[in-house]
Amino acid sequence: MNFDDTPQEAEFRSLARKWVAANAPKEFEEELSKSSLGRIRLARHDMVEVGKAWQKKKAEGGWACLHWPKEYGGRGATPIEKVIWQQEEGVYGKLTQPFQIGEGMCGPTVMAFGSEDSKRRYLPKLASGDEIWCQLFSEPAGGSDVAGLRTRAEKKGDNWIVNGQKIWTSGAHYSDYGLLITRTDPNVPKHKGLTMFFLDMKSKGVEVRPIKQANGMQEFNEVYFTDVVIPDHQRLGAVGDGWNVSLTTLMNERMSIGSRLATGFPEMFEFCSNLMTDDGLAIDDPATRSKLASWAVKASGLKYTSYRAISALSKGERPGPENSIGKLVSGMMLQDIATYAMDLQGAAGALTGDAEEQARGQFQQMLLSSPSMRIAGGTDEILRNIIAERVLGLPGDIRVDKDVPFNKIPTKGR
Amino acid sequence: MNFDFSDDQKQMRDAARKFLSEQCPPKAVRTVLDGKAAYDKELWKGLAEMGFLGVAIPEEFGGAGAGHLELCVIAEEMGRALAPAPFSSTVYLAAEAILIAGSEAQKQTWLPKIASGEAIGTLALFEGKGNPSPKAIKLAASGGTLNGVKKPVPDGAIADFAIVAVRTGSTGRDSDISLFLVDLKAGGVEVKSLTNVDPTRGQAELTFKNAKAEPLGATGDGWSILSQVLDRAAVLVAFEQVGGADRALEMGRDYALDRIAFGRPIGSFQAVKHMLADMYVSATLARSNCYYGAWALSTNASELPEAAAAARISATQAFQHCAKNNIQVHGGMGFTWEFDCHMYYRRANAVALGLGSLSYWEDQLIDRMRKKNAA
Repeated sequence: MNFDDTPQEAEFRSLARKWVAANAPKEFEEELSKSSLGRIRLARHDMVEVGKAWQKKKAEGGWACLHWPKEYGGRGATPIEKVIWQQEEGVYGKLTQPFQIGEGMCGPTVMAFGSEDSKRRYLPKLASGDEIWCQLFSEPAGGSDVAGLRTRAEKKGDNWIVNGQKIWTSGAHYSDYGLLITRTDPNVPKHKGLTMFFLDMKSKGVEVRPIKQANGMQEFNEVYFTDVVIPDHQRLGAVGDGWNVSLTTLMNERMSIGSRLATGFPEMFEFCSNLMTDDGLAIDDPATRSKLASWAVKASGLKYTSYRAISALSKGERPGPENSIGKLVSGMMLQDIATYAMDLQGAAGALTGDAEEQARGQFQQMLLSSPSMRIAGGTDEILRNIIAERVLGLPGDIRVDKDVPFNKIPTKGR
Repeated sequence: MNFDFSDDQKQMRDAARKFLSEQCPPKAVRTVLDGKAAYDKELWKGLAEMGFLGVAIPEEFGGAGAGHLELCVIAEEMGRALAPAPFSSTVYLAAEAILIAGSEAQKQTWLPKIASGEAIGTLALFEGKGNPSPKAIKLAASGGTLNGVKKPVPDGAIADFAIVAVRTGSTGRDSDISLFLVDLKAGGVEVKSLTNVDPTRGQAELTFKNAKAEPLGATGDGWSILSQVLDRAAVLVAFEQVGGADRALEMGRDYALDRIAFGRPIGSFQAVKHMLADMYVSATLARSNCYYGAWALSTNASELPEAAAAARISATQAFQHCAKNNIQVHGGMGFTWEFDCHMYYRRANAVALGLGSLSYWEDQLIDRMRKKNAA
């Protein structure tokens, strides 16, 4: 048991470290390292533009999507090399946020189901950040129940005509392409009538509308499709096989090892170490200490769980299912920590201005943003189902709509 | 990075699991639970023959000289099987104290006897209610003899010798405490068994009346040695707790698969699935914290105090959580004597206290993290 790199890993790390030191945009280092919670915003620069410049530089140096094959814009690196790269990229990794959905989900799906022409045309530009991709899965009537989606695609000659609406689409407003799942046959049970496509987001009939979120920010979008034409060669997988294709996409989402999820704990520990209350420092209060200790062991437990996964990768093994716990644990922690940090300040804890509030208003922001961490990318409840079914082997839920033609499934609760 | 046990260590875990599933089935645990024996003597003999008692004791003192990572994997299996034997008190507490502070003669006398199963040892620390603290130690030494009462002492009624925490000064500092080694069979010690929530692991009250004692380590070093022993034991006990948590989770999972209600396995209901998923989360976090503790223990890293506290807290929470919800998944059957669920529940809650309570270790962890941040 050790934390040491193998000689090959150490060599790769040193190469990566040197490259980052020579090429990273150091003018953003401080700003990036401070924006640990919530979304990344740069005070005087557009996040997407700065991100694109960094991504382009990485692509030129052979450090973009580095676990992808070389011919598609990658480096042909091993999974453990990708983890090492992420560690060395450090705070600059936050600049990759606009490209994560493309790299993590859309790209792998195109790689698995796209034609050779499509792969050579789209993947290198995705890798270099020249073209940004978004994922168009969720709908008003299909969130956790993705297969309940209603966006229709109808075949007309060599094209498909798409009508419908998607929702919760991160980055749709700056994306060039989208991975789109549609219903092509409503007369068969819901999982069987789906088909996957990709499309140009500038196609006629695509309308992107930002959603104002509960935290006041606008990061997600609604995307409306009105008679949008998609050529058949942009179909991924067979007609009616969209559900299986989407499973590839989602599996890639969950395999992203080493992507550090914020728990809020380091910030909370620092906050409690410095906050003076009427009874002394917050960290000297027994109730606070007990909560801090419980959060501390959750945070360290997650860290060392990811180390176990990295060790498996290092040995060429597939990491086990223990990684599915990351978002479930960290999402709840963020919310609990934010609530308690504000509680410690009494009535003043509700104030949000930078000047009035200790710790730069970060806990208030965390409180307002944390509900999304427990919903996006699989709700807490869906994640528990996944753990129960895939890890513990418990039976799936009994599905009353499984064998019913999609157009016969009830659409209203009462 | 290789943050995992080696293939050899995993093989040892498999061997321990096989041995314990044969030699320590629930029926054997129940013999002690029902008061028919103070501990499982046959099992103790077997543990010695397998080389498990001396796995971390150097070869020169009759052990296998393997190391603490090997001891960790065995500890996990001991916890999983609820082994009704004085393993933790003898191996994690007494042997570790002698390894850290014993004289050459003390090592030569006791370590081979521990490894061969001839001697059961323990640590006599507590004097009634409260957590580990130098202030709580009143038992006094004068002219090589001890007078006072220790309780609870784990396995005190079956132990052959005890490491005793003794007050030798009155300055209010940690250096007021010294350790002594007492041969419990040499007279001067009255032993009384105490009942406790987990009868598979005995507790006792020891009354020292001019009991002959020899110093273990230098006078005034007692608290510093004890702190090391408690940290090391915390990691090892945490592995027992993780073993117990995993087994309780498996029992709950298996029952949820088999039990039919409302025409379907109860494991298909989300209320039950989510409870089991949360148990898995606790057990996984605890295991990962324990691995870090194992690394710190086996390398004598400066991170050990913090790593030990984290492993202890995480594993205590996980075992209590899994044992409690295992009963809940079983419903009424889980509350019968006949089902084994209560044995895990008893062990989870007793072992949570043995080295000091959860709140004590929480306090320790925060102190240690602050110290590290200040440095």
